Amino acid sequence: MTFQPVTFRGAPAKLGALGARPLAAPGTKRGVSNVRADPAPMRLAVITVAVVFLGLFIVVPLVNVFAQALSKGVFAYFSAITHPDALAAIRLTLVAAGISVGLNLVFGVVAAWAITKYEFRGKSLLITAIDMPFSVSPVISGLVFVLLFGAQGYFGSWLQAHDVAVIFALPGIVLATVFVTFPFVARELIPLMREQGTQDEEAALSLGASGLYTFFRVTLPNVKWALLYGVLLCNARAMGEFGAVSVVSGHVRGETNTMPLHVEILYNEYQFMAAFAVASLLALLALITLLAKEVLAARAAKEQAP
Amino acid sequence: MKIDLHHVTKHFGAFTALDRVDLDIGSGELVALLGPSGSGKTTLLRIIAGLDWPDVGEVRFDGEDALSRSIGERNVGFVFQQYALFRHMSVFENVAFGLRARRRSRRLREAEIRARVEKLLDLVQLDGLAGRLPNQLSGGQRQRVALARALAIEPRVLLLDEPFGALDAKVRKELRRWLRQLHDEIRVTSVFVTHDQEEALEVADRVVVLDRGRIEQAGPPSEVYERPASAFVHEFIGESVALPVAIEFGVVRFAGRTLALDAQGTPNGDANLFIRPYEMVIEADSAAAPLRGTVRRVHGLGPARRVEIALPADGSEHIIEVDAPRSQEVVVGQVVGLRPNDYRIFAASA
Repeated sequence: MTFQPVTFRGAPAKLGALGARPLAAPGTKRGVSNVRADPAPMRLAVITVAVVFLGLFIVVPLVNVFAQALSKGVFAYFSAITHPDALAAIRLTLVAAGISVGLNLVFGVVAAWAITKYEFRGKSLLITAIDMPFSVSPVISGLVFVLLFGAQGYFGSWLQAHDVAVIFALPGIVLATVFVTFPFVARELIPLMREQGTQDEEAALSLGASGLYTFFRVTLPNVKWALLYGVLLCNARAMGEFGAVSVVSGHVRGETNTMPLHVEILYNEYQFMAAFAVASLLALLALITLLAKEVLAARAAKEQAP
Repeated sequence: MKIDLHHVTKHFGAFTALDRVDLDIGSGELVALLGPSGSGKTTLLRIIAGLDWPDVGEVRFDGEDALSRSIGERNVGFVFQQYALFRHMSVFENVAFGLRARRRSRRLREAEIRARVEKLLDLVQLDGLAGRLPNQLSGGQRQRVALARALAIEPRVLLLDEPFGALDAKVRKELRRWLRQLHDEIRVTSVFVTHDQEEALEVADRVVVLDRGRIEQAGPPSEVYERPASAFVHEFIGESVALPVAIEFGVVRFAGRTLALDAQGTPNGDANLFIRPYEMVIEADSAAAPLRGTVRRVHGLGPARRVEIALPADGSEHIIEVDAPRSQEVVVGQVVGLRPNDYRIFAASA
């Protein structure tokens, strides 16, 4: 009946776990398999393969994005990203991501709370459902909403009669983005909240705190790093989402194009430099996300409770 | 404050955690709920606190129904087994939590909160550590922060779940003594749960022994130890030597032989005879003693040695361990007589 938390608390398990763990415990006897005891050429070969692979598939393309973007000079670069269509795409991306992340923040906290603090029927179904967007192709995710809200969809005629635009408009883009990104926050919170159990909340209630006071003063601070981490990943994915948004957006230039869609259009029109210029902004977002992730991991590790 | 429990029953699915528990806890008393895991002791504590509700039964605080009140309204101090300190708050803020969480109308002024927290930190000997985070404290210090935090709300009852369970042996002993002193000082009605009999016997005014959701015995430590009410209590508390016997109309028989012992009113059938190791006297003259056996092993240091004796029983043998004073000569292989100074017989449960 009493939940006994394990020793590692306060940080999402995956944060900082890599690197902290030794590759293998030193063997006590000769002949025991031991990574450190592998011959030097072997070690060199393994490391080389890893580094070359990383360089070839990650670093070179990333550098290329910036090289191409700046190939015609800084002025051309800035004029490409300040083109009205580009600015409209940036604005739409920020708005759509902002709404989606906000919704998923609330949904993620509520879902994680329900799953970890209560027992109810259909709980395992909910856990599975949360993971679904990860296993469904994004194109399908977009298509689902077209089938629901499109002109020929179930609610299409009703929406048209009431003059509400969902598909080929902002609501559709937000819906598709929310669907694709909703696992991120919940998945970061569930393992941590499960591990922490309900004792802290029980303690707060026993001290006379109200439910809301307990939530804001105890529950949220306990998961704050995992929550920020989830929001970060959610945001990165929301801004970068292509497939699902592509299906519902309609590609109206300057109106329903998000940044990834704008990049595609420019590229298809042979405006390579402009395409890479806008793409470089997305690449920059990725780099900032990585950096922020590292900072969060460091902060979380520092605050790691008993 | 006085706590009355009446017919408290709780099921978890098919499992009966508590079965019609009746218990009165006097004002200012320090009571230990003692039992093995699964005996229902923690469930009972959580029901008193308001963290769990019984299926049937009554819980009264000073005669008033407590079950209609939530944990926040019961004004109980609860100390969790793993302390459940708020990890992002300093020691000071942890202790102040209950005072800050109050409704605006009942909230104290900052200076009063500060004064009360400092007084409590002084009481639990943690002054000087107010600014630390919980993960910068030792286990014993965390335990005392948890206690100070629970006391800050001036609880009518103090409830502690395995308060020393997560500590190492030396710290545990110190804290035990300290908790007893603290209780003598503040005299708040307190209930703690433990599976450690030594802890219960040393600290509590009264020990309540639970097994499988029922109270086996409730009484002062000396009574529970010296006059166990059941076979379970005898085996659970202190060391026991058990001998399977049969009762036939007031005659005690072991392995087909009649023992010159009183059956203590035990009904006919299988029973167990219980003795403490120090209650058995070893006699060199084996003929006159009620029991006879062969010494198999003598070991141990200190004032009493431990002697293993094999009693012949239906073709095999039954080995018991008893104490012998150092002055007495006992040799391996020697046939000795055994005479229980005191003993208890309980009918074997069907």
